[in-house]
Amino acid sequence: MTRFTRRLALAAATAAAVLAATPALAQKKEVLGVSMPAATHSFMAGAVYWANEAKKDLEKANPNIQVIVKTAANASEQANQLQDLVTVNKITSLVVFPFESAALTKPVAEVKAKGVYVTVVDRGLTDPSIQDAYVAGDNTAFGKVPAEYIAKALGGKGEIVALRGIPTTIDNERMDAFNSVMKNYPGIKLLDAKHGNWNRDDAFKVMQDFLTRFKHIDAVWAADDDMAVGVLKAIQQANRKDIKLVFGGAGAKGAIKTLMDGSDPLIQANVSYSPKFMYEAIKMTGEARLKGQKLPANNIVPSVLITKQNAKDFYFPNSPF
Amino acid sequence: MPPELAESTAPSHGARVAALWGRLHGFGPVAGLVLLCIAGTLLNGEFATVDNALNVLTRTAFIGIIAVGMCFVIISGGIDLSVGSMAALIAGCMILLMNKLAQTIGSPVLVIALGMVLSLGLGAVFGLIHGLLISKGRIEPFIVTLGTLGIFRAYLTYFADGGAITLDNALADAYSPVYYGSLLGVPFPVWVFAVVALAGGFILNRTAYGRYVQAIGSNEQVARYAAVAVDKVKVLTYMLLGLCVGIATLLYVPRLGSASPTTGLLWELEAIAAVIVGGTALKGGAGSVTGTVVGAILLSVISNILNLTSIISVYLNAAVQGFVIIIVAFLQRGRR
Repeated sequence: MTRFTRRLALAAATAAAVLAATPALAQKKEVLGVSMPAATHSFMAGAVYWANEAKKDLEKANPNIQVIVKTAANASEQANQLQDLVTVNKITSLVVFPFESAALTKPVAEVKAKGVYVTVVDRGLTDPSIQDAYVAGDNTAFGKVPAEYIAKALGGKGEIVALRGIPTTIDNERMDAFNSVMKNYPGIKLLDAKHGNWNRDDAFKVMQDFLTRFKHIDAVWAADDDMAVGVLKAIQQANRKDIKLVFGGAGAKGAIKTLMDGSDPLIQANVSYSPKFMYEAIKMTGEARLKGQKLPANNIVPSVLITKQNAKDFYFPNSPF
Repeated sequence: MPPELAESTAPSHGARVAALWGRLHGFGPVAGLVLLCIAGTLLNGEFATVDNALNVLTRTAFIGIIAVGMCFVIISGGIDLSVGSMAALIAGCMILLMNKLAQTIGSPVLVIALGMVLSLGLGAVFGLIHGLLISKGRIEPFIVTLGTLGIFRAYLTYFADGGAITLDNALADAYSPVYYGSLLGVPFPVWVFAVVALAGGFILNRTAYGRYVQAIGSNEQVARYAAVAVDKVKVLTYMLLGLCVGIATLLYVPRLGSASPTTGLLWELEAIAAVIVGGTALKGGAGSVTGTVVGAILLSVISNILNLTSIISVYLNAAVQGFVIIIVAFLQRGRR
C-alpha cells in the first residue's frame, strides 16, 4: 500500500511537472487558426492545399508561430470549429473562409469578441465591421476580362452563349460584370445564359441544348474550367465548326496545361482566380501579426488575363486544382 | 394487377369502371410525357428533331439504367440512397485502374475491357454488401445506404485528392466511341438502356425471382411463410441494382473521361423520382419497368425543354421540375 501511495505521489509530481513545463514548451507567440470548407470540389481542394503550403512555409520561417488548419463539411460544423479553436487551441489570430456569409457572421463575431485578430477570405461576412482584414479574388474582373477578350477576338460582332455557376452572389457579380462590358459592344448578341452549376456534367447538357437551339454560335463563355470541359465535349460531339472560342475561367491546372501546350484551338485564354489567395491570406496575416502590424482592410487579389505567353506563371502541377 | 383481376372475375358495372379508371391511371406518366413533348415542340421547333431526341435519350441512359435496378429494390420494399456516390466511386476506381494498366498492357481495347469488368464487379460487390447488411445484418436499408452514400463519396474525394481523376488521353480516345458511337444511327447508350429495360421487364414479370420480389414487397412475412428465400432474393435485388450502376458507370466514363467529387451528385434522387413518377409504390409490392423508363425520360425532357427556351427565369428551373413531378404523380395516383 505504501508503495502504491508513493507511486501515486510520484505520478502526480511528474504530471505536475509536465503540466508546468507544457506552457513553456508550447509558448508560441502566435497561434493562427485557419477555418475553411472541406475539399469537396477541385477549387476548394486547391484552397486546402494552399492553406497547408502556407502553414509549412510560415512555421519553417518563424519558430514562434503555430498554424492550425481545420476544414468543415458545412456551416454549422464550421461554427463549432471556430468555438473549439478559441477555447481549446487558444488562437490569437484567425483566417476564416466562411461557408456562407450570413450563417457564419455571428460565430466569427464571437471569436472577434475574445480579442482574436480576424482575416476573412473570399466570401464576405454580412457585417464587414467584424473583420480586421478581407482577402478575396476579383469577381468583377473574372467577368470583365473574358468579356473584353471575347469582344476583341470577335471584332465586336457575333453571337455568344454563356454558362453560369450555382446561383450565388459571386455568380451574379461575374455575370453583371460580363454584361456591363458587353453593353459597349452592341454588335455582340448574348443568345442565352444558363446555370451549369460549375459542374462538368451539367455544363455538357446545357451546351448540348444550346447547340440544338442555336444554329450559329461564335463564342462560349463557359465561366469556369470545369464547365469548359463539358462544353468542349458537347461541341466535339455535335461536330460544330462555327464556334471559334471557348473561354473558361479560374485557371485550373488542366486548363492551363491545355493553354500552354496549345492542344485545343478553341482554348486561347483564361482568367486567373486562384485558390492561392488562401496562401496569401494566411501568410500575410501571420507575418503582419508577428511584426505587430496591421493588414490593409481590403486585399483584392487581381484576376488577370492568362494567355499562352504567361501561362507557365499560373501552372502549379502539385496543386490538386 | 388488382384492377385486371377484378375485371375478369366480377364483370359488374362498378368493377369495370374501376378497372378502366385504374388503367387510365397507369397511363399517367405516358400522358404527362406526351403533353410535355407537345409543349416542347410548340415552344421550340428544334425540340422535335431526331438529334435532340437522341441527345435526350442518351443522357437519360445513366439514370434510366440505374432506375431499372432501383425499380426492383423499391418493389421489394427497400431503397438505395447510395447509387450516385457508388457510380462516382466506381468511375474513379475504373479510371485509376485503366491508367495504371495502360503502362503495362499495350492494347487499349484490353485495358478498357478490364476496366469494364472492374466496373461491373465493383457494382455487384457493393450491392452484395448492401444486401447482406440489410438482410443478415437486419439494418434498415435507408440507414445502410445512407451510410455508404457518405463512405463511397468520401473515398472518391480521397482518391481524387479533392480534384478530378482524369483518364489518359490515348485511352479516352479509344474509349469515347462507347458513349459517342452509334449503331444504325442510334447511340450505344440508348441501345444498352433498351436492352437493360427489356431484360428488367422480363425478369420482373416472367420469372419466379420477379414474382418473389413483388411478393416480398407486398408482405414480407407472408412471403417467408410461403417458403420464399427472402434474404437471398433481397441480396440478389441489391446486387442487380449494383450491376445496373456498374453498367451506367461504364457508359458514363467515356463521356467526359473524368470523375470528380461532383460526379453522380443527386443521381439517387433522380433515379428514385423516375421510379415513383413511373407509378411504382414507394412502399413496395407493385410497380412497372415501363413506367420507370417513361419516368426517367420525362425527367430529362423537362430540363431539356427548359434549356431550349428562355421563357422563365433560370432561377425557377428546379421549381418547374418539382411542379411537373407532382402533377404527374397526381395523374397516376392509385386508389388507396
